[in-house]
Amino acid sequence: MISGSIHWNWQLDGWIVVAGMLCAIASSLLGNFLVLRRMSMLGDAISHAVLPGLAAAFMISGARNSMPMFLGAVIVGVLTAFFTEWIRGVGRVDEGASMGVVFTSLFALGLVMIVQAADYVDLDPGCVLYGAIEMTPLDTVWISGFEIPRAVAVLSVVVLINAAFVILFFKELKLSSFDPALATTTGFNARFLHYLLMVLVAITAVASFESVGNILVVAMFVVPPATAYMLTDRLTPMILISLVLAMLSAILGHLSALVVPGWFGLKSTTTAGMMAVVAGLFLTVAVFFSPRHGVLVKRIRRKFLSISILADDIVALLYRVDERQPGVTLNEGRMKALLFSDSLSLRVVLSWLQRRGQITRNENGYTLTDPGRLRASGLVRSHRLWEQYLVSLAGVDSDRIHDKAEQLEHFTDQLMRDRLNQATNLPTIDPHGSPIPKE
Amino acid sequence: MSDSSPVSGIHARNLPVNGVGIRTAAICLATVVVSFFVGDVCAAAGHVVSGNAAIGEPWHVAALVKTLLLNWLPMQDMESVFLLRDYNTRVVVIATSLLGCAAGLVGTFTLLRKRALMGDALSHATLPGIALAFILATVMGGNGKSLPILLLGASVSGLIGVGVILLLRNATRLKEDTALGAVLSVFFGAGMSLLGATQEMQQGHAAGLEAFIYGKTASMGMSDAVLIAGVSLLCTVVCLSLIKELKLLCFDEGFAGSRGFPVVWLDLVLMTVVVVICIVGLQAVGLILMIALLVIPAAAARFWTERMFSMVVISALLGALGGMFGAAISAVAANLPSGATIVLVCSLFFLLSLVFGSSRGLLVRMRRRWKLNRSVDRQHLLRAIYELFEANPAQRLAVSDTGTGSVTMVDLISKRSWSRKRLDRSIRRAEGDELVVRSDLNVRFTRAGRVEAERLTREHRLWELYLITYADIAPSKVDRDADAIEHVLRPEVVSELEGLLAERGATVPPSPHSFGKEALSTESETLK
Repeated sequence: MISGSIHWNWQLDGWIVVAGMLCAIASSLLGNFLVLRRMSMLGDAISHAVLPGLAAAFMISGARNSMPMFLGAVIVGVLTAFFTEWIRGVGRVDEGASMGVVFTSLFALGLVMIVQAADYVDLDPGCVLYGAIEMTPLDTVWISGFEIPRAVAVLSVVVLINAAFVILFFKELKLSSFDPALATTTGFNARFLHYLLMVLVAITAVASFESVGNILVVAMFVVPPATAYMLTDRLTPMILISLVLAMLSAILGHLSALVVPGWFGLKSTTTAGMMAVVAGLFLTVAVFFSPRHGVLVKRIRRKFLSISILADDIVALLYRVDERQPGVTLNEGRMKALLFSDSLSLRVVLSWLQRRGQITRNENGYTLTDPGRLRASGLVRSHRLWEQYLVSLAGVDSDRIHDKAEQLEHFTDQLMRDRLNQATNLPTIDPHGSPIPKE
Repeated sequence: MSDSSPVSGIHARNLPVNGVGIRTAAICLATVVVSFFVGDVCAAAGHVVSGNAAIGEPWHVAALVKTLLLNWLPMQDMESVFLLRDYNTRVVVIATSLLGCAAGLVGTFTLLRKRALMGDALSHATLPGIALAFILATVMGGNGKSLPILLLGASVSGLIGVGVILLLRNATRLKEDTALGAVLSVFFGAGMSLLGATQEMQQGHAAGLEAFIYGKTASMGMSDAVLIAGVSLLCTVVCLSLIKELKLLCFDEGFAGSRGFPVVWLDLVLMTVVVVICIVGLQAVGLILMIALLVIPAAAARFWTERMFSMVVISALLGALGGMFGAAISAVAANLPSGATIVLVCSLFFLLSLVFGSSRGLLVRMRRRWKLNRSVDRQHLLRAIYELFEANPAQRLAVSDTGTGSVTMVDLISKRSWSRKRLDRSIRRAEGDELVVRSDLNVRFTRAGRVEAERLTREHRLWELYLITYADIAPSKVDRDADAIEHVLRPEVVSELEGLLAERGATVPPSPHSFGKEALSTESETLK
């Protein structure tokens, strides 16, 4: 498909994808810790704030040379993190606000500097801010006989540094991300680690956005780690998942930048933007369908729970009615009124219970079968034991125990019932005077 | 504090009100502004105000500032800007002031809701809407760059962005900042892609669309100014009419919900106001300036007050002043982009507030800490002297009889881990307060000092007893813990402590009104 429908050139597109992947890996490695430390906006803040660093480096060195500008940007990036932390601590302003104050001020300062310098030379903020990933294959360096794009070389180094940092300080990072106070009490300097992380974030951000554009690095700092956070509760899988997603976003992003515009009769679009969009799509999928934390999955699970509780309520109701007036049956309408249920779920649950053989239907209504009676007696026994327990041991008024017992009965198994039975001295009737069914 | 209405409940949780500080701040700012104008009017009238004008004249400071500035700025321009003579400047200054005022006001709520960067995320989230609006309008044969269409697109996509942020925050385990970051980057990425695709479109060209989100303050026209004024007014009215509800929302969302306020709707209203003001501002003054106006004045106002309403007023004032001065300065000086200048003026306000803020400023807090340290030192001194008397019956008798017994400096120094210098200093201060008298190397109480020392020792011991009885702390360790807390015990807490200890049957150390034998023997028993 690749070679068939679109124009794919390994020399160009291959390098673009590699650069994108390297940027994505470098960013999401650190991004995991930013997300956990609630500093997701730092990437965005730094990418705006480095402007005065670039301008100053330019003014001092007098040329659009790469190295001084890189250094200037990294220094200001670190200063951004430092000022943010300082204002947050000293001024007791919350993280977001102090970040906002710092990066807008620095950006404004940079803008003024650039405009001042504009008299002497052309330094367009747009050019400074957005490196373009599409241009990476054109700017190459020779390393040990191979001609590779400069962005790829730079980003490879950044990836190595970040990976070394995460592997070496994994335990410390984990501890200080989840519980900085505990980290400090165990004897290593959480603050030092924090600033080390900030330095690396600044380096990664600057290296990435001057080579592949800022939107990509800002997105990769946040989106793949956030997606991974939706999918797992453990740190190591989270990092691994975020790396895989980051790489996939880079590959699919470039592909869709070439393919998707074709559907609308256009030629191609911004690769970095599409990589961010693909990462965003992954996040959307994870938000809805994550096996444990997904919105949709949680909703479905809740629906199943409410159905199983309705089934419990139906058999328990039939049991109680039979207990009071043996031989009386309940029809659907009466049941609906007693259980405050909507007719659709009631009908679904009733037919399901019939199929399971727990209730039968005759012309007057529904009655319990023997298996159904067994289930119901267990439930009613749980309910009444809980009521007895709440009155005799928890000291709750007898007119307030019903609702509580009604909730607890659905989650009480036989083991729990036996223990309740022991705890309440083997009662035979509940506080309301109804007999407690035997096991 | 017995009043249980929701509003006073919030007041009760705030720290003491600092009305004086706010008023002082407002007066200071007003003075600066007025004196600036007075100075200008005088200069314009030909009264040359030189730097050596008599001290005490109202425009003395302003004149000084002016002489400094005049070396740099052309006089004619200054006059025309600050007297708003020039039509274009007048429009820009008034519009940015109004925008700053409204943004400062709205920003207060977003700041207190810990969503200061909402403006950031949201302004980036408008890009796909702008691009889509342009594409749709162009494809359907209209003018892709007509302002209302682009604004509509921006608003819709900004609102969708806010909706997604709220959804991520409320329905998933992702935190606020992650939601903001994700929406910002993905929406902006989508916008970039759409713009990238439009570059090869047959009809219309997208050039200049990006300038839309950067804005150009200086070229603001009358229609822009009218739009800004109208929207600012609308936002102000909405926020002020809902101020009680928004206050509840900011301080205690759960409580607001339990009082029956439609929390989600209020949140949506607040966010819609942010969207509207952001988009109007974006178009007129640019992205970074808009973010700054939403964050900086509110963050600066936080240093001046602990009260919501004052904070709203101060923040709006700072925003307006920032807009005004920033726009004016950039109109006068060459090569200062107006948006950046406004941000820098606001940052200057922020720095000043950070240092001089009357409620949370650095200076005020340093002074507070210094006073506390002083009082802690004094209390340590008094208690140390008291305990020395207590340990030495001969001296104790001397005190109880005549009040003239004294302790030596040598004893005092070994009593605590304090340096000679620090001890000397606190003794000198206590002498100034007429609590102790020093003669050579001996120190003795005055009557007032003795009463104070008795009270302090009693509080210290009450707290020790409390720790032993209630907190199960080993008796050998309580002294240090009690030491840390005794200085901040208020009278109500002391009487509560007494009540608690009496309940548990612990012997409360009697107030050592005299150094009589009975009192001390009971104490030493309890403390064993």
